[in-house]
Amino acid sequence: MAKVLMKGNEAIAEAAITAGCRHYFGYPITPQNEIPEYMARRMPQVNGTFVQAESEIAAINMVYGAAGAGARVMTSSSSPGISLKQEGLSYIAGAEIPCVVVNMVRGGPGLGSIQPAQSDYYQATRGGGHGDYRMIVLTPASVQEAVEMTVQAFDLADKYRMTVMLLGDGMIGQIMEPVDLDAVKTLMAPAVEKPWATTGMKNHPGRNVVNSLYIQPDVLEKVNERLEAKYREVEREVAAHEEMMMEDAQIVLAAFGTTARICKSAVRMARAKGIKAGLIRPKTVWPFPYAAFEKAAEQAQSILCVEMNMGQMIDDVRIAAAGRCPVSFYGRSGGMVPTPEEIVAAIEKAVK
Amino acid sequence: MAVVFEKPKALANVPLHYCPGCTHGIAHRLVAQALDALDCADNTIGVAPVGCAVFAYDYFNCDMQEAAHGRAPAVATGIKRVCPESVVFTYQGDGDLAAIGLAEITSAAMRGENITVIFINNAIYGMTGGQMAPTTLVGQKATTAPYGRQLVGQGSPIRVSEMIATLDGATYVERVSLHDAANVNRAKRAVEKAFRRQIEKKGFSMVEILSTCPTNWGLSPVEALNYIIKEQMLPVYPLGVLKEE
Ligand SMILES: Cc1ncc(C[n+]2csc(CCOP(=O)(O)OP(=O)(O)O)c2C)c(N)n1
Repeated sequence: MAKVLMKGNEAIAEAAITAGCRHYFGYPITPQNEIPEYMARRMPQVNGTFVQAESEIAAINMVYGAAGAGARVMTSSSSPGISLKQEGLSYIAGAEIPCVVVNMVRGGPGLGSIQPAQSDYYQATRGGGHGDYRMIVLTPASVQEAVEMTVQAFDLADKYRMTVMLLGDGMIGQIMEPVDLDAVKTLMAPAVEKPWATTGMKNHPGRNVVNSLYIQPDVLEKVNERLEAKYREVEREVAAHEEMMMEDAQIVLAAFGTTARICKSAVRMARAKGIKAGLIRPKTVWPFPYAAFEKAAEQAQSILCVEMNMGQMIDDVRIAAAGRCPVSFYGRSGGMVPTPEEIVAAIEKAVK
Repeated sequence: MAVVFEKPKALANVPLHYCPGCTHGIAHRLVAQALDALDCADNTIGVAPVGCAVFAYDYFNCDMQEAAHGRAPAVATGIKRVCPESVVFTYQGDGDLAAIGLAEITSAAMRGENITVIFINNAIYGMTGGQMAPTTLVGQKATTAPYGRQLVGQGSPIRVSEMIATLDGATYVERVSLHDAANVNRAKRAVEKAFRRQIEKKGFSMVEILSTCPTNWGLSPVEALNYIIKEQMLPVYPLGVLKEE
């Protein structure tokens, strides 16, 4: 199939179907409404299920039930709705259920705005729900990357039995770009067996229970230790990033998703002005590609973190830099998107 | 010698943790008897609530999922959509179903999910130590209603079964009680019918079971059955079929 022009949200929905997702549960919220609308149209055509839930709380709990029964399941929302899903995400982590959650972030806090933002970085990477748990968080910067990451998200979820969040923003969701959906099929990993799923005892030996309650503290501590070991493994195996013009970079930009795209223009503009700029773009923000930034902090004079928020990923960049070089910040928030010119001005200020 | 009574096979062979005189145990037995009667335990997925029945996932010989507080009907919806040929049930208390989970139960019934809901109404939050529930009777004392539930400010009890029965998606709703043997038998028939109707794909079914909480009511088991259920609860929660289609 040739490339087709698709909106980010719709492309993600179709990629999920390509990945074998036949169960989608969601609740309307801008700027991701195209996902439930697309699923409502497409799922009946592929013998799948679309349920418009009564709330995001219900939707994530439907995900819990359906994914606990062994299916590939997705839900999607945007910031206020993702806040409501936190209870379910914590239970899903505790019960070690694989699922995919799309978050097209909009400006916050509160009802905020409906424009693109990255202000849910903390919530996504630190966990907005209770307990010691992690989610894998993938941050696409184009529609093509979003569809590739959607397929990868289902594979990672099944492999590690955990939630994978696709952390986009209103821009990634709404932008139309050419995508090659056939190409993503080749990325799919072989299906993972789910002998733990609750499909009825006639379908597996013994009794399966999906649960996150461990009333004895010593038992729960062991569970937490096992989860932690799994998360360490994910950190080793899954962290990913892209580098641009890093060979001789003196000022290193740190940005993900939409902001990283704008930073690429800013890096080229700065280079044209004779400034040795480079970019590190995390493709996963949990696990965070600390090693890339550790190396950059050794080599560069400074790091400039650019985000569509008031400064959240900068915490991870500072952890990596560990005082080896100054880390500064430029951000827009509330749904405002930085221009390349603004970023170049921030670069010039940082190198002065 | 003829066997008059046997422990149902679908009830796990483990001691239940319930307080003496609590009727959760009887309700569990009724569910297990229904699964046995319909010979469907190996094709059943149950959903346990948050409440005293939280460990129900250990008490039934079938696959189980443990849901967050009030979310069992949403979890059951997810399971049923993946396993439409399996029997899916929730077992929920009145705090779980009638307070925090009111949206989930209402919407599952509205959608006509082909699941069975066993709703234990003991007019109190048992698990957390006897706080007021939406089902607590006016004047009934609870740890968060130390002067008794007040009509002004705390309102009067919610009758969820009557509400659910107004929804087209709910096709069978019955309220039963466990306060004496005759009523336990009636409850048994209702629970079995609710499961049978699911197998016959007749849609959403719910059985509300009036139950005791002697510990938090501060009564002996017998007093709890006689005094609270019979004299106090029955006038507020009349028994019978609220809907059967
Ligand atoms: C989100 C959340 N809120 C509160 C609790 C605490 N909690 C546990 S059980 C319970 C009440 C259960 O009462 P009910 O549903 O009536 O069941 P019973 O214990 O009486 O059988 C509450 C409030 C919780 N576990 N989760």
